[in-house]
Amino acid sequence: MSLLSVRDLTVKFAMRDQTVTALNGISFDLAKGERLGIVGESGAGKSITGFSLMNLLSRPGYIDSGKIEFEGEDVVKMSDKRLRDLRGNRMAMIFQDPMVTLNPVLTIGQQMIETLMAHRKLSREEARQIAIVKLREVYIPSPEERLEQYPHELSGGMRQRIIIAIALLLDPQLIIADEPTTALDVTIQADIMELLLELCQSNQVGLILITHDLGVVSQMTERTLVMYAGRIIEQGRTREIINDPQHPYTQGLINALPQQTVPGQRLKQIPGNMPGLASIPTGCAFHPRCKYATDLCRSQIPEVVQYGDLKVACHEVQRLQADEDRQEVRA
Amino acid sequence: MFAYLAKRVIQAIAVMFVISLIAFAIQGNLGDPLRELVGQSVSEEVRQQLRDELGLNDSFVTQYLRFAGNALQGDLGTSYFFKEPALDVILKKLPATLELVFGATLIIIGFSVPLGVYTAIKPDTIISRIIMGLSIVGISIPVFLTAILMIFVFSVEYGWLPSYGRGDTVHVWGYWETNFATADGWTHIILPSFALASIMLPLFVRLIRAEMMEVLQSEYVKYAKAKGIKPWRIYFVHALKNTLLPVITVGGVQIGTMVAYTILTETVFQWPGMGFMFLEAVNRVDTPLIVAYLIVVGFIFVVTNTVVDLIYGLVNPTVNIARMGA
Amino acid sequence: MSETVIPNDRPSRWSRMWNSNMGYSFRRNPVAVVSMIVFLMIAFAAFLAPVIAPYDPYDPANIDIMNSEYPPIWVDGALPEFMLGTDDQGRDLWSTILYGTRLSLLIGICAVALQAFLGISIGLIAGYVGGRLDSLLMRLADIQLSFSTLMVAIIFLAVTQAMFGSDTFNRYAVVFLIAVIGVAEWPQYARTVRATVLAEKKKEYVDSARVLGFGPLRIMVRHILPNSLSPIFVISTVQVANAIISEASLSFLGLGMPPSQPSLGSLISSGFDYIFSGSWWITAIPGVVLVVLVLVINLLGDWMRDVLNPKLYKG
Repeated sequence: MSLLSVRDLTVKFAMRDQTVTALNGISFDLAKGERLGIVGESGAGKSITGFSLMNLLSRPGYIDSGKIEFEGEDVVKMSDKRLRDLRGNRMAMIFQDPMVTLNPVLTIGQQMIETLMAHRKLSREEARQIAIVKLREVYIPSPEERLEQYPHELSGGMRQRIIIAIALLLDPQLIIADEPTTALDVTIQADIMELLLELCQSNQVGLILITHDLGVVSQMTERTLVMYAGRIIEQGRTREIINDPQHPYTQGLINALPQQTVPGQRLKQIPGNMPGLASIPTGCAFHPRCKYATDLCRSQIPEVVQYGDLKVACHEVQRLQADEDRQEVRA
Repeated sequence: MFAYLAKRVIQAIAVMFVISLIAFAIQGNLGDPLRELVGQSVSEEVRQQLRDELGLNDSFVTQYLRFAGNALQGDLGTSYFFKEPALDVILKKLPATLELVFGATLIIIGFSVPLGVYTAIKPDTIISRIIMGLSIVGISIPVFLTAILMIFVFSVEYGWLPSYGRGDTVHVWGYWETNFATADGWTHIILPSFALASIMLPLFVRLIRAEMMEVLQSEYVKYAKAKGIKPWRIYFVHALKNTLLPVITVGGVQIGTMVAYTILTETVFQWPGMGFMFLEAVNRVDTPLIVAYLIVVGFIFVVTNTVVDLIYGLVNPTVNIARMGA
Repeated sequence: MSETVIPNDRPSRWSRMWNSNMGYSFRRNPVAVVSMIVFLMIAFAAFLAPVIAPYDPYDPANIDIMNSEYPPIWVDGALPEFMLGTDDQGRDLWSTILYGTRLSLLIGICAVALQAFLGISIGLIAGYVGGRLDSLLMRLADIQLSFSTLMVAIIFLAVTQAMFGSDTFNRYAVVFLIAVIGVAEWPQYARTVRATVLAEKKKEYVDSARVLGFGPLRIMVRHILPNSLSPIFVISTVQVANAIISEASLSFLGLGMPPSQPSLGSLISSGFDYIFSGSWWITAIPGVVLVVLVLVINLLGDWMRDVLNPKLYKG
């Protein structure tokens, strides 16, 4: 049985004049201990997916329909009390910017201990000991002293390590990490990712890593979802997606990676921008930026089709693959 | 820490210096000390001699230094009307004013925090809308009008509460007379305290609500929810502490403002405090008393502001006091 | 007969405003509409006071002490010619209130104009020049703000009154009131404008204007100032309300408009002595007018703050 099973998740935002759809029929599964990457440009709905999984959308956003089954229970239908029991305990989240995630007026110790005591019957001292152990696990030097410090006394990298330690406090089944390194210095980004990977592997914790960086996804995850304008357009094993992407958008993302470019050559960017939620194009949302677009793409939303190991939402995928095979044969 | 403290104290001293200059200028230009001393039927020669004796012909600097020196020793001149040292007159009236401010402050803190927090947490309920509606009406009614209205309703129409004076007061520690020791004292201080609180209270409710709503939108509150923390803990531990920090700064300034509003409340309720005394002194052109009031009130402002700044630095962990001195 | 319709490419200023975002939210907000109507009615009546008022309250020939303390016409014992009754000196209350409201509004608006002028100039200079001058000016603003306006005004007016004597003081009371309320509140504007200047200074267009050789004055007035307009707008509404309250408070204490030329505050004050003897209307009616006037201005300010949502400087 899978740990997490999302079916037809649709999230809407009630704006002043209209209601816009931010997520449209998202479905995917996650096995126990599996690491999944969600990639896409900003505005694709990655973070909204992450927050929906914890039923933590704040107004004006709301879950319109769909199911999020976590350990067999639907998160969408949970009572507030059940949700509190879930959050931070069985499912933990790592936020984007460690500089604003921790409460500035509470010490690190207070923020760690309150999390433990919210979910388990522990004495303050027992909670403190667990906190110290977890801080050691994320390689924080002299953890006893850190507990007495306020967030502003620590560097960004240090804070994100602490947030990872908080995520691990109650040995959750799943950690959702929303771009955990974008706000950090480039030099420590790799360290944090390595730490996260190591801890997930050693503790058998499932991970959903939300990022725009395909390079990170290829190192960290086993499976990948590619999102565009509120839909999943391609999903499958990470290796396949990186090596043999089927959707033109994914191909564009891969080609835009710096590693794919000969030094001195321009980065191959996908032309155009991601559409806003209020003005999603008809048919395949990607068609205005796609060089293979046909009339069918412009008018009809593509179904998800199984293609090899991948699930792809593209009308043209078979023809493109056929063209490619022919070229290979000729070569 | 020390450098920060020193910096604040130096600024406070600089402000007091300016206030003393203003006070000195008022003293030199308002009224004629000779006339108060000897009347008008004295020859020009004697006048000149008296001016010399009183040092009124000395240079500006000498006169100011003498004024400041005396002031530092607690000598702010003698009231023309009371024929007593001006500082003594004011210190006798000070308890009445401070107790009024104290009563109003209690009312403001007691009501504004719960109301502000409630309207921030539940902004869409009918009760919140009523509170917010009343608050804007509240800030639109001048203090003196609230005071008059209260007298009209509670004293004239219903006769529940007395309309003027302090009632029975009790001496505690030396010259301090308190209202809080007798039932009669309590009934007398209720209306003036509420009247004084009436304009600040809605202001604070709105301020706390606005700050709290902003804090509730913050990432760290969202993160606390993601950790499964109970709502009451999120509101009162995570959010309220961050809400109150900016409120403290504003509050410090408002304590000063409240001293100004005591003049209005004391006038309406004939409350025998500093403000009431000050207006009388103005009508009598009692220059030493006016000057003494200016200096005492200036001193209260400077001290409260400095103390509030220091408290802010102490309670806000993100303000590194040691570094702020640099 | 058909008239030639001149094609109007550019819609008038009025229709542009009406159709803008602000106009839309105004029409959708009944509180704002009612407040605006009430405010316009009061302002209109006040500024046309000499036309509307049946008596001239400043003319001693019109005042007969024998007419004093008649109640409003809906109370027993009223005289039909005095709609809202008379005050303690026998003046027609309705006329006196019209003239008084005119004074209160005039002082409030002029004082705020002075505040805005001082504050905007100082804020622009502090933000644009920066450095030591900036920190000095902002320190001064802090100190000025830490003293309550009302306190400063009370002391200034009390000393002025004692120094010049009541007669001279009363003649120039309007000027003194505008000056003291206007000077005491400049930091409100200065801080907000300075914050905008600092934010705008970093942007490219200011650099390019400088490269193009425009002088600092032109850059400030033409480029930076328009960006601080919405916070200035919001502050100004609240400040007018506050200034009217301050003026009323000062007049109530006898440090503002004299009874011979009463503003709403001095009317309330003169009526206060008679409240115990039952002549409530001398205090109550001007009091209601004052509260309604301040309330509608505050409501309009609240609405504007919601619509424009400016980044106001927080202390």
